[in-house]
Amino acid sequence: MRSAAHHSLSWWLLALIPLAFLGLFFLWPLCSVLVHGLFDGGFDLAGTWAIVTSPRTADALVTTLLLATAGTAGSVLLGVPGAYVLYRLRWRGQRAVRAVVAVPFVLPTVVVAAAFSALLGRSGPLGFLGLDQSVLAIVLALVFYNASVVVRVVGGAWAGLDPSTASAAATLGASRRRVLAHVTLPALVPAIASAASVVFLFCATAFGVVLVLGGTRVRTLETEIYLQVNQFLDLRAAAVLSILQILFVGLALWLSAAARRRRERVLGGRALDGTRAFLSADAWVAVPTILTLGVLLAAPMYALVERSLRTIDGHGLDHYVALFGQPGRTVLPVSVAQAVMNSLVTAAIAAALACVVGQIVAALLTRRSRRSGALDAVVMLPLGVSAVVVGLGMLLTLNRPVLGIDLRGSWWLVPIAQAVVALPLVVRTLVPPARAIDPRLRLAAATLGASPWRVWSSVDWPLLRRAFGLAVGFAFAIALGEFGATSFLARPDRPTLPTAIYRLLGRPGIESIGMAFAAAVVLAVMTAAIMMVSERMRTQVGADL
Amino acid sequence: MSGQGAMGLQVEGLRVEYPGKPPVVAVEGASLAVAPGETVALLGPSGCGKSSLLGAIVGIVPPSDGRVLWDGLDVTSVPVHRRGFGLVFQDGQLFPHRSVARNVAFGLEMAGVPREERRARVEELLALVGLDGYGSRAVTELSGGQRQRVALARSLAPRPRLLALDEPLSSLDADLRARLAVEVRDILAAAGTAAIVVTHDPAEAEVMASRVLRMEEGELL
Repeated sequence: MRSAAHHSLSWWLLALIPLAFLGLFFLWPLCSVLVHGLFDGGFDLAGTWAIVTSPRTADALVTTLLLATAGTAGSVLLGVPGAYVLYRLRWRGQRAVRAVVAVPFVLPTVVVAAAFSALLGRSGPLGFLGLDQSVLAIVLALVFYNASVVVRVVGGAWAGLDPSTASAAATLGASRRRVLAHVTLPALVPAIASAASVVFLFCATAFGVVLVLGGTRVRTLETEIYLQVNQFLDLRAAAVLSILQILFVGLALWLSAAARRRRERVLGGRALDGTRAFLSADAWVAVPTILTLGVLLAAPMYALVERSLRTIDGHGLDHYVALFGQPGRTVLPVSVAQAVMNSLVTAAIAAALACVVGQIVAALLTRRSRRSGALDAVVMLPLGVSAVVVGLGMLLTLNRPVLGIDLRGSWWLVPIAQAVVALPLVVRTLVPPARAIDPRLRLAAATLGASPWRVWSSVDWPLLRRAFGLAVGFAFAIALGEFGATSFLARPDRPTLPTAIYRLLGRPGIESIGMAFAAAVVLAVMTAAIMMVSERMRTQVGADL
Repeated sequence: MSGQGAMGLQVEGLRVEYPGKPPVVAVEGASLAVAPGETVALLGPSGCGKSSLLGAIVGIVPPSDGRVLWDGLDVTSVPVHRRGFGLVFQDGQLFPHRSVARNVAFGLEMAGVPREERRARVEELLALVGLDGYGSRAVTELSGGQRQRVALARSLAPRPRLLALDEPLSSLDADLRARLAVEVRDILAAAGTAAIVVTHDPAEAEVMASRVLRMEEGELL
């Protein structure tokens, strides 16, 4: 019994590390957002209420809802047929197409925003449509981003759907359309609802895409928080809006958790192969779906690359060359190449922080218990708060020395914030493979004389190394493309690549915008390369992610 | 009953309880002794608590009452890895990322045995369990019987004071089981280690052990 008590003490001592990290850099900043929102000198609910009910806030809230709803509807409308063609049917070359469709989801938001502004902007290939700075442009970008989520989630369910149920309905005289409407789609509803709620959450917290494509005309809660801080220097209003956003996201998360529980209840069975070979009769749905997906995915990326190469007199690598030069000081204080270096260093530190803390958390969560459930919930909290709120909170909190360390305006805040944002995904990458190890394997090592530390280093670590590599890659890619929190914390004289792209996009002139597109291409290539390398680390145990 | 001065394993009034509402008592007041070099079988139907008793002796299950002594010294609160008791699991639990030889060498590595000595000991044990020349194989290539032999060799390698075997043969088919039971008995005799074998098969208990203890509903009969 004494050893159990000792074990419990060492568990809590180790748990202090992630708890202190999150407490200092996440929970405390979050609390100070709440305090800023509710207090002004004294408790000031009237002032809070005035901001909540102002027309500007109402406008932002309505726009957030509208964009999230439209983005979700578009993603489902495109994603469900996509799931059918890419997962239910079997055809040659399918794997490659699936991989291409999954690409947008890992692209940094600034890249997607740059690509759509390259496509729809005044000089873009589709500039004549006049969609620049329109709601429709943002919705298209959101669908570009999130259709792949629907394709994957619904596709997984569809591929595992028992085909004999549909056959049974057909033998009872149901036409193909009636089978779809009365048998297949109802069976997929839990998966569609689950995917839709996740996509809704992503759309409601989309920041970079809305900020770049919407400018000051289309404002959501997220961008309004940013604009209040950066244009009106009104921290109070930003804090109040953050509280609204936290409530909004909390509601969306709750709905998504409910949808997921339903889906798990429906699934939870044996694995079935519900796929079937492609028939020529499928062409009427397959061809339009693939074409739409293809155009939606390819057109913005094509426009981005084309415009990064477009110069005043034709095409060339001028903008890429310019990335190494010093742009005008009003545009950007350092070269884009320097911003790339900043980003790489920052992302490396962020990934290291997130993975060390995440590895400790994963080790503590390996054995399920009430306390590990509580720790899990705390570590997942950053998922439920948008990166913009995290950034604002750190800006508000760490504006004064803490424990004798002065991080005020410090560059260190950037990697720390990025690590906070990346931590939940790192933990979710590391925990399932750690839990997949038979606990008796560790007991076997212990009976052979291995101390708890040696058990971890000689059993857990060799088996989890690859999952750790995958987590490092994910964290690095997230940190590299992180824009929401970074936009609040990165100093103007030390921009990261995404903040540099955002600044360049906002400057007039073909040089700045061309450089922005070239820099976005560089960021996209860097991110894609990291994801490809880390995907190779994925093992069978991590395959459920 | 006093264990002072007695040699080998002495278990006094051991009780194992699993939390729950209400708590489940798996073992109640279990007392037994195993002399050095002796093999004792714990025989009983599945769910009678014999594996819990074995776990409590080895140290992977915390007992809620009672004592475990070795040579008269109380080891009840000594953590598993310092207790010097080996354990063979029903399904081997070989380390999938290590070769056969490195599985057998694991306990020796933990004890800090020098490389040359380690190599010699691993070869000696592979010979003992009839797996000469299998050292470089991956454990995933082995048959069920071979895996259990490796598990046995791995547990014996660091010369445990006591070897606990939890249904070591029950995952194998009947034919192989009968043959291996005899072999395990001979291997244990050759190693001279005190051993407790948990089994639900009376014939197996008879073959492998010099003494059989029966257990039912958490109590030794």
